[in-house]
Amino acid sequence: MSQAMAGAMQPPFPAERGIEVYNKKLGMWIFLASEVMFFAALIGSYVILRFGAAGVWAKPGIVLSIQITAFNTFLLICSSVSMVKAYAAIQDGFQDKMKFWLLMTILGGATFVGIQVFEYIHLVEHGFTPAGVREGSHLAELVANGTLPAATMGLYGSTFFTMTGFHGFHVTCGVISMLYLYLFKALPGKYSPQDFSGIEVVGLYWHFVDLVWIILFTIVYLV
Amino acid sequence: MTTVAATAHAAHAQHDDRSFIQKYIFSTDHKIIGIQFLFLTLFFLAIGGLLAMQIRWQLAYPGTPMPGGRFLPETMAPGGVLLPEYYLQLVTMHGTFMIFFAIMLLLVGVYANFLIPLKIGAHDMAFPRINMASFWSAFVSGIIMLASMFVPEGAARAGWTMYVPLSARHDYSGAEFGQEMWSLSIIFFGLSSILGSLNYITTVINNRCAGMTWFRLPLSVWALFITAILGLLAVPVLAGAAIMLLFEQILGTHFFDPSAGGQPILWQHLFWFFGHPEVYILILPAMGIVSELIANGSRKPIFGYHSMVFAICGIAFLGWIVWGHHMFVSGMNPTLGSSFMVSTLLIAVPSAIKVFNWMGTMWRGNLRFHVPMLHAVAFVAMFTIGGLSGIFMAATPVDMFIHDTYFIVAHIHYVLFGGSLFAIFGGIVFWFPKMFGRMMNEGWGKVHFWLTFIFYNATFFPMHIIGMAGHMRRLYDPTIYDFLKPMQPMNVFISISAFLLYGTQIIFFLNFWWSLFKGKKAPQNPWSDNGLEWTTPSPAPHGNWETLPTVYRGPYEFSVPGASEDFIPQNKKLPTDRDPVMAPAASH
Repeated sequence: MSQAMAGAMQPPFPAERGIEVYNKKLGMWIFLASEVMFFAALIGSYVILRFGAAGVWAKPGIVLSIQITAFNTFLLICSSVSMVKAYAAIQDGFQDKMKFWLLMTILGGATFVGIQVFEYIHLVEHGFTPAGVREGSHLAELVANGTLPAATMGLYGSTFFTMTGFHGFHVTCGVISMLYLYLFKALPGKYSPQDFSGIEVVGLYWHFVDLVWIILFTIVYLV
Repeated sequence: MTTVAATAHAAHAQHDDRSFIQKYIFSTDHKIIGIQFLFLTLFFLAIGGLLAMQIRWQLAYPGTPMPGGRFLPETMAPGGVLLPEYYLQLVTMHGTFMIFFAIMLLLVGVYANFLIPLKIGAHDMAFPRINMASFWSAFVSGIIMLASMFVPEGAARAGWTMYVPLSARHDYSGAEFGQEMWSLSIIFFGLSSILGSLNYITTVINNRCAGMTWFRLPLSVWALFITAILGLLAVPVLAGAAIMLLFEQILGTHFFDPSAGGQPILWQHLFWFFGHPEVYILILPAMGIVSELIANGSRKPIFGYHSMVFAICGIAFLGWIVWGHHMFVSGMNPTLGSSFMVSTLLIAVPSAIKVFNWMGTMWRGNLRFHVPMLHAVAFVAMFTIGGLSGIFMAATPVDMFIHDTYFIVAHIHYVLFGGSLFAIFGGIVFWFPKMFGRMMNEGWGKVHFWLTFIFYNATFFPMHIIGMAGHMRRLYDPTIYDFLKPMQPMNVFISISAFLLYGTQIIFFLNFWWSLFKGKKAPQNPWSDNGLEWTTPSPAPHGNWETLPTVYRGPYEFSVPGASEDFIPQNKKLPTDRDPVMAPAASH
């Protein structure tokens, strides 16, 4: 290919014709559709296993701490709000406000993951594992004295760790992407009221992850 | 977005400085990625075929040493005689390689990547780097799957459908690493598929050139677009199921373990909820390719363009509500089974619309039987046979009799080999000049086609008969059953045909490589076709066009009365054509 020809070429972006949504945002919406199907597979399996199980399910609040996770849920919802604040700030051209709120979102997400890791360590110490209740642990005693149903504890562990684990993985990915935006886009001042697609697109993902958590918190911890 | 555009523009101008690695290995050019997929998938096609040859040897001559079998390790074939556990690995890996890494990647990896931007008039995909990530995760996935054949205890052996508990428990299957690597590989494969799909969908929606309205899109692009939607929504379910299976294998979870309250049938539901849309992922792009080839070879507009589009959408929609027909003997509520039966039979309607439209296209056309056209016509015939045998298994009472027999094996090979693979071969010959700038040899192409067509039918048609006689699928040694002994000569006939069929592919292999370096130089539009890809040089340059074409008409205007030639390219402006009004580029 000749150099002159390459030089005269138009860039592949922006879209020539299509709908009134730019490519990155459209791509994120489409990606979220596949994420919905992924979580639907995990959550659907949980629902089927729980309601199809031979025995009753463990009552909420015995194995999992509702208080700590309620705080964690609150934190994640706050981080969604701060994401919106960052988005609104850059729309109005306030660079410093945008950086501040983006950093707050990162901290919120990172704290959420930190608390979740702490929760996991605590649970495993007490004998709650993906394979069920560990022999000779604190929870094994509760199973023995009938506080927890022996028949469904295996399923409880499997579904709990898989669903919350994959949600935690998504939060971690979100924190990493926001950290990238903060360090390489926001701090060097690459965003402007004309171009803030990174904030908007990662924001969409972040709200989705938040929404999934609200569903998971309800069906795993509260009922 | 002006700043982004300016940077991208500057980057474009320097593209001749790209190193070899940027150009051909870690390339973001959709055509190079398509060609990378082509070499990768043809390799897996050859591997998958080699596994099938070993299966056929065992079925024809059970217990006798296989030629070349002494090169296999003791754990597979001591003295050249295949072990039962190795045989199960063969059937599992043949299915896995062929379905995921050969047919699916050939259709959605090769054709979607190569054709979509060229056919809709775009410089590249919407997300070139995501596209590259999609190829490399497919590559990693394929390497993991291939490597799993060489780990201690061998590859996965629970069948390509990985039914639990056989796949979940090491003490049942006897393979620990092999089963785990299968799950891991499928998770990477899912990632690749999702990244690819979201890219194709965005590109088709947003990057069409001026004048390329939805109903001027070539049917191949329509089919690839709908397929991408199926892949986007079905593959994450498989990924979720594979993750649960992997956790079952390595963490000891209990999703599918009945002793702890889990449900083995849950795996089947999850797998087939993915698996049936997958069937249409494997055939819809082939139907799109065939529509292009038949319109070109008949020199006539495609018959019923709109009904073809709606048939694609109808098949795709119905594909979501039929998965239960794979599970008629799994212990499902008969009422539920009946509704799955009805929805499955409904798919015959849009499928028949397509078959009749292809025949209507050919009817009284000025037929040109070039190699791609021969493959396309074979597709229509073979797909019809496969479709008709599909009606047998859609009916619950018949399916209960033929479930898990060679009748099913014959059916799937009629639609996936006779259907998809013929379309793929036709497509490779058709677009080879645009990929590599040279023509494939016509004479050898015809020899390859006719021998493949004959040996293919000789291989797979008798499978219907032995299946009806009760020959089970995945059976290690048919001679141990008295009722199958009369079928053994037919097994030998099938195997000899299969060996000849595989041998015939050497012709294709040699033709491919010879044409790559020594083939006749291709003109810009060797097939006198209307598609936009033929308005750019062969091979298409990086960026496809200097300035994007403008489209004035649909893709199938062949033999228009009064026109100077028997085809009118989509971008050719006639005095009566009006310029399309450009929509403003989307920004915030």
